[in-house]
Parts: sequence; C-alpha cells; structure tokens
Amino acid sequence: MVSGGLTAALGAVGVALGLTVVFGGPRQLRIGWLLPLVGVRFDLDPVGGLFMAATGAVSIAVGIYTVGYAQREHLSRFPLIVLPLFVTAMLGVPAAGSVTTFLLAWELMAAASLVLVLSEHRREEVRSAGVFYAVMTQLGFAAILLALVVLSAAGGADSFDTIAANSGGISPGTRNAVFLLTLMGFGSKAGLLPLHAWLPRAHPEAPSPVSALMSAAMVNMGIYGIIRIDLQILGHAGASPHWWGLTLMIFGAVSAVFGVLQASVATDLKRLLAYSTTENMGLVTLALGAATLLSSYGAQDVAALAMTAALLIILSHAAFKTLAFLAAGSVLAATGLRDLDKLGGLARRMPGTTVMFGIAALGASGLPLGAGFVGEWLLLQSLIHSPHEGTTLLMLMMPLSVGAVALTTGLGIATMVKAFGVGFLARPRSAAAQAAREAPASMMAGMSLAAAACMVFAVAPVLLGPLLGRVLAALPTVGGGEAGPVLGTYLRLPGVAGSMSPGLIAGALVVAVLLAVGLTRWGARHRPAATVAPLWACGADSLSSRMQYTATSFAEPLQRVFDNVLQPETDVEVTHFAESQYLVEKVTYRTLQADPVEQRLYTPVIRAVTTWAQYVRRAHPGSVHLYLAYGALGLLIVLVIAR
Amino acid sequence: MSAADVSTTHATAILATLLQVLAVLAGAPLVVGGMRQIRARLEGRAGGGIGQPWRDLRKQLRKQQITPLGTTAVFALAPAVVAGSTLLIAAILPLIALGSPLDPAADLFGVVGLLFLGTVALTLAGLDTGTAFGGMGSSREITIAALVEPTILLAVFALSVPGQSANLAAIVSATANNPGQLVSPGSLLAFVALAIVIIAETGRLPVDNPSTHLELTMIHEAMVLEYAGPKLALVEWASAMRLTVLLGLMANLFLPWGIAGPDPSLLAVLIGFVAIAVKIAVLAGVLAAGEVFTAKLRLFRIPELLAGSFLLALLAVTASYFFATPTN
Repeated sequence: MVSGGLTAALGAVGVALGLTVVFGGPRQLRIGWLLPLVGVRFDLDPVGGLFMAATGAVSIAVGIYTVGYAQREHLSRFPLIVLPLFVTAMLGVPAAGSVTTFLLAWELMAAASLVLVLSEHRREEVRSAGVFYAVMTQLGFAAILLALVVLSAAGGADSFDTIAANSGGISPGTRNAVFLLTLMGFGSKAGLLPLHAWLPRAHPEAPSPVSALMSAAMVNMGIYGIIRIDLQILGHAGASPHWWGLTLMIFGAVSAVFGVLQASVATDLKRLLAYSTTENMGLVTLALGAATLLSSYGAQDVAALAMTAALLIILSHAAFKTLAFLAAGSVLAATGLRDLDKLGGLARRMPGTTVMFGIAALGASGLPLGAGFVGEWLLLQSLIHSPHEGTTLLMLMMPLSVGAVALTTGLGIATMVKAFGVGFLARPRSAAAQAAREAPASMMAGMSLAAAACMVFAVAPVLLGPLLGRVLAALPTVGGGEAGPVLGTYLRLPGVAGSMSPGLIAGALVVAVLLAVGLTRWGARHRPAATVAPLWACGADSLSSRMQYTATSFAEPLQRVFDNVLQPETDVEVTHFAESQYLVEKVTYRTLQADPVEQRLYTPVIRAVTTWAQYVRRAHPGSVHLYLAYGALGLLIVLVIAR
Repeated sequence: MSAADVSTTHATAILATLLQVLAVLAGAPLVVGGMRQIRARLEGRAGGGIGQPWRDLRKQLRKQQITPLGTTAVFALAPAVVAGSTLLIAAILPLIALGSPLDPAADLFGVVGLLFLGTVALTLAGLDTGTAFGGMGSSREITIAALVEPTILLAVFALSVPGQSANLAAIVSATANNPGQLVSPGSLLAFVALAIVIIAETGRLPVDNPSTHLELTMIHEAMVLEYAGPKLALVEWASAMRLTVLLGLMANLFLPWGIAGPDPSLLAVLIGFVAIAVKIAVLAGVLAAGEVFTAKLRLFRIPELLAGSFLLALLAVTASYFFATPTN
C-alpha cells in the first residue's frame, strides 16, 4: 500500500516536473555535498523533461496497480521498498546535468532493477536471468563509463552544457569512439541487437509491475542516452557523419525485425511482450537513425518528421507496453500461468482484463485505432518523403527501411492476434485458466489509466502536439529548427504532401460499423427467434479444448517460413505398432525455440570466459603465503614501472 | 492536399462519395456473381446467374440467428467490423470522383491499415470459436497477411514517388496528368506486385480457393466456418465488397481515366460511375478467366510467391527513384 502509493506519488512528481520544464523552461539544481569533489548537478531541459514525464506517467499507473498486486501476490517487503527507489533513480537519469550525476543515477537504476528482478529468487530461472542481467548491465555500464570519461576529458568539463559548448573542438576520432561506445552501452539497455539477450530473460522473470516499469520506462533511458550524448551533445557542433545515421538505422531495423520474429513464435506471454519491446526500440532507433542521416544530408524538414516519429513511438510504446504487462500480470496473478499454450477462455472469466489487453494489443499491432499507429505512420511518411536526387545511399536505405518497418508491422499484427486470440479468447486449455478470477479494483484502476493514455495516442494525438513541438525545438541538429509535423485534428506534414486524421477515421469507422449492423437488420422480421447451438465437430460427439489451436500451432506457419532465421529445434518421434509399420501407435512432437543470436554469439563467449576462469582459479588455491607473495611481487612491479 | 481543400469539399463530391458507397454495397455481390458465371461458362457449366449471390444473401438474411456455444462478443462483432471497415474504405477511395471528404483523413497507409483491421477482426473470430478449423484458418490467414503487408506498403511507396504524396487523390491525379509514367518500370513492377497481394488479400486462386468444400485446404472459409444466417451473409457481403473495392483501387491507380475531378458536374459523376463499373467488370472478368487455368498453390509455396512480389515492389521503388520523371 505504502510502496504503491509512494511510487505513484513519485510518478506524479515526475510528470509535473517534466511538463513544467517542457512548457516553462530549464530548471537547475545543485547539491554540492552529495558527491565529493564535483557535487550532484541536475539540469532539466525539454528533452529530459519529456522522458521524465513519460517515466512518471508509467510509474503512476504501476504504483496504483501495485497496491492490489502486492496484496494478491504476497510480494515480500524487500522489492516493495526498492520499487520507489528504482523510480527515483529512473527520474534522476534524464534530469542529470553532468557526467558524474548521470553515471550515479544510471548505476542506481541498474542496481535497483537488478534487485527487483531477483524478487522471486527462489526459482532457478529467476536466478539465471538475474546473473545474465547483472553481467550485461554492468558491461553496458562499463562502455558508457568509458565513453563519458573520454567525452568529459575531451570536452574539458563535467557538466553536459559545457561539453556541448566545447564539442566543436573534439577530434573526429574521439567523437566516433564515443559514438560507438555509447551505442553499445545504451543499445544494450534499450534491448537492441545483438545486446538484447538479457531483456527477454529478465523482463519476464521480474514481478509484473516491475516488468512494466522496465519495459515501458527503463528501456527508454537507453534511447534517451543516445539522444542526449550522440545527437544533442556531439551533434551540437554540427551535422554528424553519414555513417552514424546509417549505423543507427541498420541496428534499429535488424532489432525490429528480429524482435518481432521472436515475439511471433514466443509462447510465454511475458517473453512475447519483452521481445516486442526490442521490436519497438528497434523502430525508435531506426527513426533516430533516419533523422540523423536525413539531417546529415541537409533535409531538415523530413528529419523533423522522423524525430517526431521517434518521440511518438517512445511515448505510445510506454503507454501500451505498461498496459500489456499489467494485464499479463493480472493473468499471472489469477492463473499462475504465462504459457499461452495453457491459457484461453479468459474473456468470460476476466472481461475487464481482456478489454485492457485488447487495447494494448491493438496499440502494439500498429493498426488504425491503436496507440502505435500514428507513430508508425509518421515514420513511414518520413521514409517515403526523403529526398533522393543524387544520393544513392538514401535511394537504397529508404526502400529497405520501409520494407523492414512493414515486415515488422505485419508480423507484429500476427503476434498480437496470437497473444490476444489464443490467450484470452476460445476455451480454457488448463484447469488453472478455467478457475481464473477478475483482478481487484486497484489493479483495474492502474490499467485503466494506461488504457486512457493509449486512447489519447490512438485518436487524439492533437493533445500531444505542443509537447512534441517544444521537445523538437530543443534538438536543433535533427530538424529542430524546422516546424515539425502539425498534430491537429488532421496531422499535417510541413514541406511534404500528406495528411491523416486518426480521430476522424475512428469516428467514421464507428458510423460505418453501425451501418453494417443496420444491414443485418434487413429481413429480421422473417427470422425465427435467435438460438444457441454447439460448435461444428465434423459429426463427432464433442470437442475437447485440447483440439484447439495453441499458440505454438498458430505460429507454426510463420516458424516454417522464417526457418532460416529462427532455427527452431524440432523433434518428431513416430512409434509404430509392432505388428505393422503402417499403423502408428504414438507421435511425440517436441519443439524448442531458442534465441539463435544468443546461441551463436553468447555461448562461445561464455564458454571462453569459463575456460579462462578455470585457469585463473589455479592461481588462488587458498594459501595465504602465496597471496602475500603475489602482493609483494605486484608492489615490486609497480615500483619498477613507476620509477 | 492543403488546408483549404478540406474546408471546400463540394456538394457533388459528397454526392459522388455516397454513390460510391451505395454502388459498392449493391454491386459487390454482382461482381462475385459475374466472376462465378464466367468461371462456370468457361468450365462448361450453366452457372447460377449473375444475381445468385444476391439471392443467397437474401436467403441468409432471413435465417435464424445462431450463436455458437462459448463464443464471445468478438465473434459476434467481427462481421460488422469487416463490413464497416470495407465500407469506410469505399468512402475514402477515389473510385467515382477525386474529392472524397475523407481523402485528407486517410492516405493509402491508412487504407491498408483499415483493410488489416478487418482481417484481424475475422482471424480473432476464428480463434474465438475454439475449434481446430477456426484456429487453422486464422493461423494461415494471419501468416499470409503478415507477409502481404511489406509488399503492399512498398507498392504504396513506389506509387507515391511520382505524386510525392501517399494520399490517394494526389496519386491518382498525378497519374492522370502524366500518363507517360504508367509505362515506366517502377509503375509496371508496382502493378504486378499489387496484383499479387490483392489476390492474396481477397483469398482468390492460386492463394486460396473461394469455392472449396474441403476444410483442410481452406483459409478464409475455415475461419468463418461457424458463421450462419445473417452473420454469414454479412461476412460474405463484406468479402465481396473487399474484392470490389480493391479491384476499383487497382483500376484507378493504374488507369485513372474517366474519374471525376474534385468538383464534378453531375454528368462527370455519371461518367465516373460508368467508367469505374466497366473497369471493375473487366478486371474481375480477367481475374475469373485466369482462375480457370490456375491450380491452388500448396500453403507453404505461397510465401515464395509473396516473397517474389515483395522483390518486385522493392525493385519498383528503386526503379521509380532511378528513372524518376519530373512531374509538372
């Protein structure tokens, strides 16, 4: 109760502060005593304000939800204490105004989230996910640390403002090194390929409110880092090289397509949502890359479109992913199940949660009336309207990117149909799903808030127009100088022809659906009274729920089509009767969908590290004498070198 | 389209839009009937006549409403969503005249989104029944839809290059003003790519056989197996309308002649109506005649066909970039 309330209150503070900064102007805060030598320095500008407000908004919904969730799931005290701390750290990252403060907040965020992931540490999978997450987040931190130290040394200051002002003097080599290191560090936090492997492990194993915070708010910090360090501070001096934008676009496109492919064959509901996070962060990175590339070619007006698309996808993703994880948490709390193959039939037992997940799934699929539609539409518009005269790179990159975005959307639709259709509709596939109960009021209240946000993104992006306009103006090197797209009743794109009105489409669709319902009234007076009938079972007695399609069978065609990329392990064992080879006694089918990137890239590295660790182990057999000798030897070497 | 165009939608344009919706409503069953009749004659059968789908609809609409046990509101609402989204598309597209009041509200991307919204509604309904056939149909349909989407969007991209806008009126009028670009490689490739995806999206041969009676080979029909009476009527009506609307879109994207302008006279509306009716009839006839000579593809060969059309669409975009002809 206290923890949830505190989390929500912190979130409200975050939203208020973030919006004040976006609309009011920069705020600064110095706390000298908190860190020795440099002190803590908070500088909030509109970009940071936007991320702060988004994090805060997610925290409000999650906080309210946690009140009921903690009671129902008997969360232990420790994660409840850490939860507000995690939110505070996340609010601190976009507020940080200097290298040291940023690193402090970042590490606090990483540590708090690790503790939260390990809430249910008694389960083996949770511990394994925890180790994976700990290693990757610390490697990412090391990359960021190195990048920021190099940047700070080259810029001659600790505060971001001063570094940005001096960034003209930084040599191209240093800039490129900082770009690559931050891409690694921040990319791993945002779940970009190939550093995504922790995400589908850690996000599902955390308690659901924490999953929501991590997937909807924490991954955004990775994107924030890229925007702040690479686009804002390094970009301060002028246009970035072409290959920066190109690299971002390629990483983004590959992450988006790979993420959604994995999501489309995932059967674990929360794992599916986690892979969908990789997909969406991929789209955001693609949009950031397009903005950078376009502005490096001088096409500022189209770059502004791409940048707005990136911001809008971040915000709408935060809304629908919060809702999706919270709804998945309700399902988990009610049934103890995450496996879609065992769920089903929840629409009758948990109607409220079903509607909530439906709104989230519609948003994630990028269809009209869904939260994700406007962002993806803007992204596509920016890609098709890029100037192409004489620039072969743009001529090739833009069609390929449209193809990647379109494939992502198509597979995203299939994924969300699977998650919603198999998980919530049809008949229950297990006793636990049969016995599901609706979530309590506070959980529903938390979800309703997120659902309301989804509706705003879906039909009234007009409300976000002023917010995005001000943030865009703070990013002069990626189209900020231009007037961005106008998000009125009609979305208008300055400089290019094209318009769209999500609200009007929604209204017209409602009218058209009512008209269609009216059509079926025709001939109604000739009809006998309506009735209920059993399903068609090909003449058999009855259908068992085991005869239904499951999530695995639903995705099987896709798995076959993308066999080369997904590389599933499938075993089919056919046992024949002893009497005849033509009669089959039983068929055993086993399939395992692992992450091919993880297997190819991580397994050799982990094996090598383990082998080396074995060698190193021989050096410390536990003898104090030997350790003293090491110490003496080390000291001597240092003295000789330092002489 | 600029802001001024929105506020000055002309009365005759609104009339043309209404006429479009009504014509699609009334004409779609006739298109399907005509296609069946052509197939029947080419196969040496007498056929049921062009009006048979209308007679079927009337019969179905008078039958009892039957709700299959255990289905939810998703199953009950899906036919209305498919039909509604198709009607909306019929109102947005420039079929008879260019100046639909909804044209600035949804460009070609929006239209594709609405199309997929209908597909998603039906696949969810198929899953909602909880039968093996429903799931099977949904799974196949969504697989095809997922693979169709990249091609459609790339074809949209290729078409939007000459008009520099994805809004339909702009694309169609750019083609009408500059017919030379129709024979450009980009336009031809986009035509073929779009033709393949329209065949896939409307469930025609060789992707799906609309007149199959064997459940195991079904895609669309398996999904809607549990519908009966008035709901079935709506599903069939909607799929006929989808076919009609997409054929009309295809016709006007590549052969925009005869279409009325944004401020048409009544005569122009009439000419536009006759022109689109003739174009759809011709396209439907070609499609039906082609189906007689085509066998259904195996399900797992379909992705190869769609991958091919994706490649064509990609080439279409690059071609329209490299061979770009300056318009006006």
